[in-house]
Amino acid sequence: MTLAESQQVAAQESAPRPAVLKPRPGGWKRALKRDWPLYSLAIAPLIFLAIFRYLPMLGNVIAFRRFRAGGSIFGDEWVGMLYVDMFIHDPAFWNVFTNTAIIGGMTLVVCFPLPIILALMLNEVRRTHFKRIVQSISYLPHFLSVVIVVGMVYQLLSLQGTVNQIAEAFGGDAVSFLQKPEWFRFIYVASEAWQTVGWGTILYLAALTAVDDQLYEASRIDGANRWQQTWHVTIPGIRPTMVTLLILNIGNFLNVGFEKVLLLYNPMTYSTGDVISTYLYRVGLVSNNLSYAAAIGLFQAIIGFAMVMSANYISKRLVGTSLW
Amino acid sequence: MAPDAPRPAPVTARTSRIKDSTSYKVFTVVNMTVLVLMCALMLYPFIMLLAQSFSSAGAINAGKVNLFPVDFNLDTYKAVANNSNFWRTYGNTVVYTLIGTTIAMVLTTTYAYVLSKKHLKGRGLLIGIAVFTMFFNGGIVPNYVLISSLGMKNTMWAVILPPALSVFNLLVMKAFFENLPNELEEAAHIDGLSWFGIFFRIVMPLSKAVIATMVLFYSVQYWNDWFAAFLYLDRTDLFPVTLFLRNLIAGASTAASEGAAASGSTVSDINANIQSVTMILILIPILCVYPFVQRYFVSGIMLGSVKG
Repeated sequence: MTLAESQQVAAQESAPRPAVLKPRPGGWKRALKRDWPLYSLAIAPLIFLAIFRYLPMLGNVIAFRRFRAGGSIFGDEWVGMLYVDMFIHDPAFWNVFTNTAIIGGMTLVVCFPLPIILALMLNEVRRTHFKRIVQSISYLPHFLSVVIVVGMVYQLLSLQGTVNQIAEAFGGDAVSFLQKPEWFRFIYVASEAWQTVGWGTILYLAALTAVDDQLYEASRIDGANRWQQTWHVTIPGIRPTMVTLLILNIGNFLNVGFEKVLLLYNPMTYSTGDVISTYLYRVGLVSNNLSYAAAIGLFQAIIGFAMVMSANYISKRLVGTSLW
Repeated sequence: MAPDAPRPAPVTARTSRIKDSTSYKVFTVVNMTVLVLMCALMLYPFIMLLAQSFSSAGAINAGKVNLFPVDFNLDTYKAVANNSNFWRTYGNTVVYTLIGTTIAMVLTTTYAYVLSKKHLKGRGLLIGIAVFTMFFNGGIVPNYVLISSLGMKNTMWAVILPPALSVFNLLVMKAFFENLPNELEEAAHIDGLSWFGIFFRIVMPLSKAVIATMVLFYSVQYWNDWFAAFLYLDRTDLFPVTLFLRNLIAGASTAASEGAAASGSTVSDINANIQSVTMILILIPILCVYPFVQRYFVSGIMLGSVKG
């Protein structure tokens, strides 16, 4: 789930509009009789969601059951907490858990504030054409395939690549960055920032256009300078957006970009780059321990869900903004 | 805010000041300089790819190619154009994108329309069923098991069906439908037009902008996808072009790691020019469509996020 997707959920719940037709009283029988064409339009999407979203959710039950290739997708026999026990006592698991937390934390610290700063900077630009061009350019990376982004990273960081040329121009030595564990996290976060910063501004820019001009007027009359206007009018105006996105970012904390890591890491950088999802991919799908990997995946999903819930609860109590 | 009467941006409102302080002028210059530098950083990788695609492998490996091509030639383009693997995977990507986007649009449009009807009994439940999947998903392993047991491995359906409904797109579309003027639909209803009739003859024609946005989002998603193919397809004749590129990069980087491990030297840029050409050919359709749909997607996203 991206930043943009997140805000959506928040926006949905809060803006009641007049219904096309008055809400109709009566039971399900009446509703079905009246609105059967609408319900029938919902059948195909509901079947889709049942098969491709809810069945896999139930399929997580194999975390507690022994799974045999070719057998039932829900496994064959109960084994209780065997697999959970296994990963809790697996040092390799805690290693990737730590990596995930560090990469997730770094991504949050860098990629959450950057779009806010960029949106505030764009908001100060008066030349409309200049602003449009900057926006167009900064949205572009969002539309690239992760394979292309990683391809660019490989070329920029190769021994003959631009980054090493710059390093050498300043008297440094060429470094094969992608084989150095100490560089992995930095490369991941930098490429993530490059790809998401522009797109992330869209929601903030939308929130900024909704800030009441009279507030700026009033603050000017009160003698506020530009910085004070930004601090006391602009920032409070986008605070609900910031909080919403922060909640969702916290919830996504452990879902470090699986595909990007998978493309970017190699055995030499496993020590810093291997994350929960790549580990369970190797254990589960490459080495075929499906139940064990499912147990890890379920653990990750539950933590993510719990984190969204608690971040949402805390923000509701502290700042009065919540997703639902 | 009515969709047809956009409010002036605060930028214009704030220009009404007669005179700026010197510190603000300094700020403006610094601000714009930083933005220009950021744009340069955003564009540089694209320029580098373009330069490499027209350069010789020798010049790239000597580290001479940055902003401009060295030893300008079209040989790499010719080599890639003559590669039947490339064109087959490219064709697969086109097919997956067309079929996938069509299915996704049908599912998304119909469900969003249903969800936009406030009077519908059970609407909250129908929304909840979709939104819950944003916060909790099955995970890689159960999905893999499911796709395998449905017999979809090594068929294009493994790539096309699982991503065919994005809840985010669904919610954007639902918000759009809710914003359509009620009166038209009410009038049509009173005139005896069925729900299907209203949907196809009133709602669809009014929703061209949001449909264009969603078509863009879904086609970019299918165009860029490599992971589903990586996971579920073993037959190279079914690969999409992103997987072709991934294998090109992986091949080069494996050779580089082995080379580095063995002798301290490297061959990391073997086929850097071929990679660049492949990337550019994958990028071209996106770059061509992008300028035309940009204004739609920005307003489409904003629509869902700005209240009333």
